[in-house]
Amino acid sequence: MEEFFQQLLNGLAVGGIYALVALGYTMVYGVLKLINFAHGDLFTIGAYLGMTLLVSSGMAGSLSPLLVLLVVFIMVALLVALVGCLLERAAYRPLRKANRLSAVVSALGASIFFQNAVMLIYGARLYVYPEDWRPDFTVDILGFTVPGVRLLVIMASLLLMFALHSFIQRTRTGAAIRAVAIDQSAARLMGINVDRIISLVFLIGPGLGGAAGMMVGIYYGQIDFTMGWSYGLKAFTAAILGGIGNIPGAMLGGLLLGVIEALSSAYISMAWKDAIAFLVLILILIIRPTGLLGERVADKL
Amino acid sequence: MAFLELQNVCVRYGNVEALHGISMRVEEGEIVTILGANGAGKSTTLLSISGLVKPSSGGIFFEGKPLHTIHSFDIVKRGITQSPEGRRVFGTMTVLENLQLGAFTLHDKQRSNTTLEWIFSLFPRLLERRDQLAGTLSGGEQQMLAIGRALMGEPRVLLLDEPSLGLAPLLVRSIFETVREINQRGVTVVLVEQNARAALKLATRGYVLEVGNVVMEDSAASLLANPQVREAYLGS
Repeated sequence: MEEFFQQLLNGLAVGGIYALVALGYTMVYGVLKLINFAHGDLFTIGAYLGMTLLVSSGMAGSLSPLLVLLVVFIMVALLVALVGCLLERAAYRPLRKANRLSAVVSALGASIFFQNAVMLIYGARLYVYPEDWRPDFTVDILGFTVPGVRLLVIMASLLLMFALHSFIQRTRTGAAIRAVAIDQSAARLMGINVDRIISLVFLIGPGLGGAAGMMVGIYYGQIDFTMGWSYGLKAFTAAILGGIGNIPGAMLGGLLLGVIEALSSAYISMAWKDAIAFLVLILILIIRPTGLLGERVADKL
Repeated sequence: MAFLELQNVCVRYGNVEALHGISMRVEEGEIVTILGANGAGKSTTLLSISGLVKPSSGGIFFEGKPLHTIHSFDIVKRGITQSPEGRRVFGTMTVLENLQLGAFTLHDKQRSNTTLEWIFSLFPRLLERRDQLAGTLSGGEQQMLAIGRALMGEPRVLLLDEPSLGLAPLLVRSIFETVREINQRGVTVVLVEQNARAALKLATRGYVLEVGNVVMEDSAASLLANPQVREAYLGS
């Protein structure tokens, strides 16, 4: 029972991270119908920026570690958001009217560029996240001792997802994002500045992805410059699982994938966890080709 | 210069020229209809006014100021909205959300609520279905929604592209009645239609487009009586 409970929480923590990254894929796909292959590398940049900022905030010793962590977390999200926005300007906007394949090639190029940039700046070795800032408290839940960092990661990802969901569903700008995703021309006729909405999506997606990168650093304690590839692939899987382009789908897909992975590595085999995760993806896509929450829009003519 | 004026507008899609230098004028308070066969350039004309396609040469002016040099969102802000061909409602959003998006450029919530009430009085069906997803509406209801959504932007000029397409005759009549009602509220209307007879009965003036050229321009009454128009577009 204890193992199941701990693995469930572990799955939710990892799944929350997948979900945050998956949101970036799915939102960009929603408005541009483009898979942003550089998204995983933005996540890596978030992890490295978080480490650098935490290390250099060493002098802020008088502040409580959690406060420093929170401030750095917000800074990382904002900085990576900025990188994402610049990426769109430099690599995607000039190709907006070109064919789809050009943008895909540009995305792959951007991915290689970012990955190598991180490698050249930091070197091709593993980095350990600064221990001083790692929350080491524990919490008792139902008689089980749960590491505080695990709860923090789950709470942070749920909070971010809730905030995003409210923004998309309840605000005027959120409605404009949905409208652009459904029909760009019609959105233009409403007086929506589509370029601005796309820029905004390239702020939000990478912002969440960068934050997720830092969460991995804090949760596992180590990072390397290729992490964007493996997490990106998983998150992309999660986005497909939930239905690409669908925001609640990405959240559900991420959490589900995390839990499946954690439970299968605990009860079946650690080595098979990826295979099982992808097997689930294949099974779900056979039954529901549009993903769990992906819908076919019934547009009558 | 007229209220809304197109001067020698050419529009190209790649290598194909869809409009070969058309000129039109619309005075404030008019209903002007644009007639023509499929592919004559009617929709392209409306899209060029809304700024979704840009003229390769020529100019479009509203109250003497150019529209062809500004962005589509600024054109909406200037008071020109469109109910596009094929309705193009946001299918996975509710009727109310669709209507609210129509007022995207406006920031006076109270006034938008008044407009919303007016639209619900024009189209009571939309009120009944306000929380339903737009994609689940019937064709006629979607057309009402598309027009209502364009009205939410409090337009001074309303561009309607084929509002009768695919609708039952009874519904067509009621939509055209509503267009007249909208016009009586002071909204200038540019109406693209296949249903030439109904459009000419409603309009003050009309233009006839043929493969990207204006071939006729006259008062609606004269066009209705014109033997060439009767043969080509009225089927008699």
